[in-house]
Amino acid sequence: MKKTLFDKIWDAHVVESIPNGPDILYIDKHLIHEVTSPQAFQELKDRNIPVFRPDKTVATADHNTPTENQHLPVKDLLSRKQLKELTQNCEENKITLYGLGHPYNGIVHVMAPELGITQPGMTMVCGDSHTSTHGAFGTIAFGIGTSQVAQVFASQSVLVEKPKKLRVNVNGKLKKGVTPKDIILYIISELGTNSGTGYFCEYAGNVFEEMSMEGRMTVCNMSIEMGARGGLIAPDQTTYDYVEGREFAPKGEAFEKLKTYWESLKTDEGAEFDQEYTFEAEAIEPMVTYGTNPGMGIKISQAIPVNESKSSGKALAYMGFTAGESLIDKPINYIFIGSCTNSRIEDFRIAANYIKGKKKAENVNALIVPGSRQVAAQIEAEGLHTIFEEAGFQLRQPGCSACLAMNDDKIPAGEYCVSTSNRNFEGRQGQGSRTILASPLTAAATAIAGKIVDFTKHLN
Amino acid sequence: MEKFITLTHTAVPLEIENIDTDQIIPARFLKATDKAGFGENLFRDWRFDKEGNLKEDFPLNQKKYHGQILVAGDNFGCGSSREHAAWAIKAYGFKVVVSSYFADIFKGNSLNNGLLPVQVSPEFLTELFKAIEENPSTEIKVDLENQVIKLIDKNLEERFDIDAYKKMCMLKGFDDIDFLVSKLDQIKAFEEQQTV
Repeated sequence: MKKTLFDKIWDAHVVESIPNGPDILYIDKHLIHEVTSPQAFQELKDRNIPVFRPDKTVATADHNTPTENQHLPVKDLLSRKQLKELTQNCEENKITLYGLGHPYNGIVHVMAPELGITQPGMTMVCGDSHTSTHGAFGTIAFGIGTSQVAQVFASQSVLVEKPKKLRVNVNGKLKKGVTPKDIILYIISELGTNSGTGYFCEYAGNVFEEMSMEGRMTVCNMSIEMGARGGLIAPDQTTYDYVEGREFAPKGEAFEKLKTYWESLKTDEGAEFDQEYTFEAEAIEPMVTYGTNPGMGIKISQAIPVNESKSSGKALAYMGFTAGESLIDKPINYIFIGSCTNSRIEDFRIAANYIKGKKKAENVNALIVPGSRQVAAQIEAEGLHTIFEEAGFQLRQPGCSACLAMNDDKIPAGEYCVSTSNRNFEGRQGQGSRTILASPLTAAATAIAGKIVDFTKHLN
Repeated sequence: MEKFITLTHTAVPLEIENIDTDQIIPARFLKATDKAGFGENLFRDWRFDKEGNLKEDFPLNQKKYHGQILVAGDNFGCGSSREHAAWAIKAYGFKVVVSSYFADIFKGNSLNNGLLPVQVSPEFLTELFKAIEENPSTEIKVDLENQVIKLIDKNLEERFDIDAYKKMCMLKGFDDIDFLVSKLDQIKAFEEQQTV
């Protein structure tokens, strides 16, 4: 039978299928962080169950960490307690932790790929919906709740119904200034925030084939924003080149042997999908969102569409926008370049390339937060920090930061933030904050202009 | 886990689409390391203003609406995987959430906590909102055994789907951890034959 990439990986990990019920899916790698793991550790403790395969779990601290003075004790007492509990739980259960200050520390979906923990053909889970990021490697990776984190601790498996299969193709030649973030925001704006619910999405077509691993991670990361549990892209030479030589990637003969297997991880010609969509690359432009879910996006040159629904009206009222107006020339006081969507080295190179020799507008508060310690080190090594500092941007230490504003990095009520993160929900970046999702390039251009501009006119 | 068999109760309407888990429980309340106390912060920023004053017009704050069933707009529970959302709804006192669509992770989290997500047709959802609006004391019966939700006064009912395994878990109060631990021998055997 002809199989999709998704089928091949899924079927290779089914321990048992329960009749009229879910599959027991074996998990190769489990990633954990401080926010969604404590109650799962407690659950095991209460039941007197040990962690079954502690060597298959890796921990980091990212959601609830400060982005300044990470060498000092964390000021917020609740955050400090949560971080301490993660450390204790990892010690007690012999789980590797890359905590605050460790050279491998970072946002879970940035540090695992860059350490070679993420590899093609694996099943991966994490108590975080953006686990879909790892699908960029041809991996089945999805977010789980805390009860499921406990299940993985107890059995290295989860009980989950096999999702349906969706394929999104993008073919053609991208316009100047269009980046992976614009592509995924465009797809979600076209399909809607629940179009992927119940599905796993494969991204195919020359646009994804020609994309860097960083770009593929940005795309797969936001699969959940259209409701899909995960997204994935077939591994190819770009994938192998990225994985090879990384800290925890297989070496030498072991790598070659695995690579032969990875090469088989492609959707067979004629394999069936439950749903399929195709887009033309030429139709995509830099995107911005205008509402309170990631599906409410427009091309930067377009006007906000008219939609009579109650929910749409509520969203526009929250954002302080009116249907029919353009976002061009809207004054913006905050920009944020960071989050598991856009905090890899390529994102900062793109931003720095635009910013070089320019200064941020007076009114703008520009925050740059690398995804990991390694990305931060790379920023220094390439001299990008000087560009950011000279332009008046604040370069912080790694973490999830203003994407979900669990720490002090909050956008004040009523203020707009052009943000490279993944969610523009009400209050996501701080109570009353108004988020406009965009690419690192759009965020950089906004910071320089102090307002939203159609920068594509000036690109050559 | 608490068993769920049937429930007949009044409902609170939340006629908003795409309610995300950041609204259900904002991220700043995720610093706790246990499951207690999330109920008081359910829909925090919709229930209270920045100064902590009750927003009178929000349905959960309107005295006429009360009950153990939450009826919400399409695509409920999208966004973050935080199980704290299900804990908060449960702790507030709801036992059932009805919508025309649920986000995957939220649905799983609810079922793992004895909170029953009931997916109905958009038409039936409209009927529910209408009935509650007309009479906030109208009773709704949710019968898991027969997979039927019924508007008692109007004698309107609809069948709903649920995974057979999950239904059994809800009816008996079993959870997945017990089940998986009982399968450890098979899981070990799987590991031994795993070649890559």
